[in-house]
Amino acid sequence: MLAWHAVLFAQERFPRPEFESGYVYPEHQMPADRAPVWEYIDLAVLIGALSLAAWLALKVRSRQGLLWLSVFSLAYFGFFREGCICSVGSVQNVALALFNKGYSIPLTALLFFMIPLIFALLFGRVFCAGVCPLGAIQELVTFRTVKLPRVVESVMISVPFIYLGISVLSAATESQFLICRYDPFVGIFRLDAPYTMVIFGGLLLIAGIFINRPYCRYLCPYGVLLNIFSRFSNKHLTITPAECINCRLCEDVCPYDAILPSDVGRPVVDPEKERKRFLTYIILVPFFAAAGAIIFGTLSPVFTGLNSDVRLAREIRAEAESGIPAVSLAALGFKEAGTTEAELFEKEIQTHERFRKGSVWMGLFLGISFGLSLVSLSTRTRRTGYVPHKGKCYSCGKCFQYCPVKLNKISNDKA
Amino acid sequence: MQEISCLPFLLFLPWHWDHGLSAEKTVPPVRAKGSATVTMTAVNTQKMNNDSNKYQSRRDFVRKAGKVLVAVPIIGLPVVLSTRITTAGTVWQIDPYKCNTCGQCKTHCVLTPSAVKCMHNHQMCGYCDLCGGYLRQGTKTINTGAENQLCPTAAINRKFVEEPYFEYTIDEALCDGCGKCVKGCKDFGNGSLYLQIDQDLCVNCNECAIARSCPSDAISRISDKVQYIPKEKI
Repeated sequence: MLAWHAVLFAQERFPRPEFESGYVYPEHQMPADRAPVWEYIDLAVLIGALSLAAWLALKVRSRQGLLWLSVFSLAYFGFFREGCICSVGSVQNVALALFNKGYSIPLTALLFFMIPLIFALLFGRVFCAGVCPLGAIQELVTFRTVKLPRVVESVMISVPFIYLGISVLSAATESQFLICRYDPFVGIFRLDAPYTMVIFGGLLLIAGIFINRPYCRYLCPYGVLLNIFSRFSNKHLTITPAECINCRLCEDVCPYDAILPSDVGRPVVDPEKERKRFLTYIILVPFFAAAGAIIFGTLSPVFTGLNSDVRLAREIRAEAESGIPAVSLAALGFKEAGTTEAELFEKEIQTHERFRKGSVWMGLFLGISFGLSLVSLSTRTRRTGYVPHKGKCYSCGKCFQYCPVKLNKISNDKA
Repeated sequence: MQEISCLPFLLFLPWHWDHGLSAEKTVPPVRAKGSATVTMTAVNTQKMNNDSNKYQSRRDFVRKAGKVLVAVPIIGLPVVLSTRITTAGTVWQIDPYKCNTCGQCKTHCVLTPSAVKCMHNHQMCGYCDLCGGYLRQGTKTINTGAENQLCPTAAINRKFVEEPYFEYTIDEALCDGCGKCVKGCKDFGNGSLYLQIDQDLCVNCNECAIARSCPSDAISRISDKVQYIPKEKI
């Protein structure tokens, strides 16, 4: 039965008919092409929306404007363009292009990756404010705010880093695009999803009514990059339009816990103890980095399961060693095709090696981040007003209405 | 002292950085409360301002250095990838010569119904009465009866041309990409029926869900200049 397939393509089994009635062969027509211009239109809309978001958040300071921009972005990038290609997923394209010579990244994908980061470096996380459709759909269901306990929050905030690490590893080894596969909202945008994704997305939105922007805060891998870039922005959204008067009215209003309190009125800490603690954490950073590299380097065989070639090799080996029949479609396809088992196992070994190297880098990254987060907890701050945390603030503008400081325009009266 | 030592390290990203590198003006606080907090005398104000100015310029330096450090990889990214950037887009397409008609094209597409459709190259077709792609195995009579058809959605139309030739055409609207006719045509026929992704319907996912599980690696990204891989005469 299987041998049939091998012979099939080689010959024309039934000769072409010779028609006597003047029959004309119908033209072999293909369906319509996909119009590539839409990718460039998306790029133009992206830049326009980012500029508008920056203007609304920083210059005009309009929460209403940002909300309406979110509605537009949800409608355009979400439901009209069906959420693909998005900046969150572009991380994988860049990872794939950096580590695989055979893949050429489309210019639009690269720009979708770079442009929101450049805007974050200049103006803060305006991408999150009103442009990202995933952020927009969560922003629009933010009705109540429930603050999680600090320990829970600290643990959950670390998840995007691990998610970023694993998805970059998975994309770079040509295994899977995890971010795309487990995107909770794309099924809602397409109005077509397997029931598991509908449940996941729905639960996330329901949770989002209380624990605001759950995907942005606890899952988004692109948010890790936006977080870094936004910290170095010179122009960023401010809560007060002028000088902060420390009235404390904005203290608890941020749904995403991104407002940093002023240090006025805080008791002074013993500088000697502080310095000791700071230096200890600095010294610990390389140890955390090494620990991360070792832990994830040894965990790398777990991650190799993401790769379909590795799974196939395991299945074929299980058949040879334990007699478990390899009946998956992939195994049947492998047996029909030409590759030998030796080639398959060779590929498996190479893939394992790639995963090992990648996991070590991932562990270094996670270790350094963790070490630096401890360092930062021991630095002294000298804030004289209430400011948004530049890394965490999504520039949504919800805090504007709580600040009593108003700018008065001085007009020249003609006497 | 501690400000200098933390210069290089403040650049990277911590999980729980409460301070966010915000640069604050060195204005004496307006409403200082309590005795153990920052209260100013005339002399202290002067000294504090000097220290604060130094502190502020260090912080500014850290911020500028950090900005350059994170901007460089991003600006440098197109340079690094310069040989691997295409201005053309890509689409996903099935290579009909690799496809082994496993049937996952119907089930794994993110869309329902699948964006995969069956195509028919009439130039390759044998126009047989006993068509391997139209009739199921073991039919008793050869006619257009539903019980004889291989296609579960009756998407293939059979039309008599002349003795003994029949023309088979596919109704794209009814086809769901299951590949049963393709398998039948391959097993007992010329292989003129084959599957292709209809680019009009396909949403062009970043990673095609069917490609991820294709057992013969038949689906790959191709340039969007030529979006179909037709099966021609071998």
